[in-house]
Amino acid sequence: MAEQEHKHTVRDVSVRLQRDGKGEPLLFLHGAGGWPAWGPFFDALARRCQLLVPEHPGFGLSDNPDWIRNVADVAMYYLDFLDALEGPPVHLVGHSLGGWIAAEIAARNTSRIRSLTLIAPAGLRVKGLLSGDNFIWSPEEYARNLFYDQAFAERELAHVPSEQEADIALTNRYMATKLGWEPRWFNPALERWLHRVRVPTLVLWGRDDKLFPSAYAKAWAERIPDSRVDVIPECGHRPHVEKADVAAGKILDFIGGKK
Amino acid sequence: MKFTFFHLMPYRPLDMAERHKHRAAWVVLPNSLYDPKKGADEYAAYIDQLVYAEELGFDVIAVNEHHQTAYGLMPAPNLIASALIQRTRKAKIAVVGRALPLVSNPVYIAEEFAMLDNLSRGRLITGFVRGIGNEYHASGVNPFFSHERYQEAHDLIVAAWTRPGPFAFEGTHYNLRYVNLWPRPYQQPHPPIWIPSMGSSETIKWAAAPERKYPFLVTFSGRDLVARYLNMYREQARQFGYEASGDQLGWASPVYVADTDERAREEARDGIETLFNDFLAVPWEMLLPPGYMSLSSMKNTIKMRKALGSRTRHSMEQLIESGTVVVGSPRTVRDQLSRLRDATGANNLVTMLQFGVLPDDLTKRNMEMFASEVMPHLR
Repeated sequence: MAEQEHKHTVRDVSVRLQRDGKGEPLLFLHGAGGWPAWGPFFDALARRCQLLVPEHPGFGLSDNPDWIRNVADVAMYYLDFLDALEGPPVHLVGHSLGGWIAAEIAARNTSRIRSLTLIAPAGLRVKGLLSGDNFIWSPEEYARNLFYDQAFAERELAHVPSEQEADIALTNRYMATKLGWEPRWFNPALERWLHRVRVPTLVLWGRDDKLFPSAYAKAWAERIPDSRVDVIPECGHRPHVEKADVAAGKILDFIGGKK
Repeated sequence: MKFTFFHLMPYRPLDMAERHKHRAAWVVLPNSLYDPKKGADEYAAYIDQLVYAEELGFDVIAVNEHHQTAYGLMPAPNLIASALIQRTRKAKIAVVGRALPLVSNPVYIAEEFAMLDNLSRGRLITGFVRGIGNEYHASGVNPFFSHERYQEAHDLIVAAWTRPGPFAFEGTHYNLRYVNLWPRPYQQPHPPIWIPSMGSSETIKWAAAPERKYPFLVTFSGRDLVARYLNMYREQARQFGYEASGDQLGWASPVYVADTDERAREEARDGIETLFNDFLAVPWEMLLPPGYMSLSSMKNTIKMRKALGSRTRHSMEQLIESGTVVVGSPRTVRDQLSRLRDATGANNLVTMLQFGVLPDDLTKRNMEMFASEVMPHLR
């Protein structure tokens, strides 16, 4: 479990933050589904790093300032967040929407970033490879389409959320819509900016991702100069959940190699 | 009372078995199911019905906008309004409404309405809506900003109609250096604006504000909700310090009249049940995309929905029971409509006398019976 869970304030925005572990700092940015439950993936990372997992502004119980209107605003918030963080530059890891945010941060300024890991990131559009329409999916389709191993979907569908969990899920859905509906899950300018990402980058994808096809990985790798791609077989959109140990291992190997 | 004959223009030849292989008759329903020859016949029949309504003495004939759906074949309702202007003399022509947030430049809506107002020499009634949630899937416009865009587009259109041009409009979603309408509207200061809505307290408060006093129409709701929302408008007006007139209040409802209650129910059944179960029914994710309503309204709606239980097919009997539709003998229909009128003081009744797959011959008879047996008694 995370050692600490507390409110973390940068500028006028207070967000929830989980921290655990010691070592080089690693900042994990979650996807549109919201602040993830602490699981084996985080435990594995926290054994080697000082892990920071904030809940984005607008999500869950974090503050929701009006001035955050798009992903670029979230990226600007995290640049302030990084500046306020003491210690050495971070290993930045983002999943899905969080991967998009991480890429927008890194395209703007890498002075506080040591390495970048993008797990099935949103943010780029590859013509002819349409992303899944998560906004039209029913709750059941949503759960099933996010996983290769349907046992994970069954577990999600069997879970009866508490009132607070249901409220948080709805809040997250609203924020995901604000940030990702149009243009659908991408920033047309980002592909023109990615050459500015001047840190070693790992692009990690589940081969069987039904939201963002794993073929997108190539488009990222072509644009980020020092990058490599790793595709995990028999894995859907959430490698850090579905293949927690494999995903954590690959990230730690990548980070370790950068020392 | 004033009577409006409203048409949705559904695509009646729809293969319902095929339709139910898809999640809705909207957005994702393959348009290979649309046959242009049959569709052209539908347009011709429906325009004839709208024109005939003037002859029968309806005060207003009305159309509206929906996209990518067999539910209504009017993605561009102004085209129909333009045709109606050429074929009618005295009836008001209502476009209730255009979905303001869906367009990239609302000045186009202001311009087209101004044209229709000139073409009809002031017979135009406009309607401003946000569009049903499905339209945000169809258009790609972000539903999170639906309210913002609606308010801003409204301000821009009214300014375009009333402020001397050219002027600049500086907004959040719309930024225009030159707003300068040619033609200006025929009616002064501008054509009437009606607000059709499923009812929300925010919309009611906004429409009732003294600087607007926009007529409010409750659509597709049971009689209790119609009464509740219209009385909410009245109460709101009082809080603003004035008494709402009956002309500011109305409701829309499918209506079917025949000699007897039994005959009316028999003849209306397919039309009513296809309207609600085949054409209108859509999954939650399409109807209410996030942001379409405020987070707090959405939470309430979810709670209400949980209390109501899972979705089932609506039977005509249930819809009659709740007063969502009015079906019966002239006496039954007169009684139900006059009771709701008396309970609300509403002066506008928007009738849907063609609905779902209801065929032309029954539609015509329904219109004639309504005009001769119901309308005079409620006037």
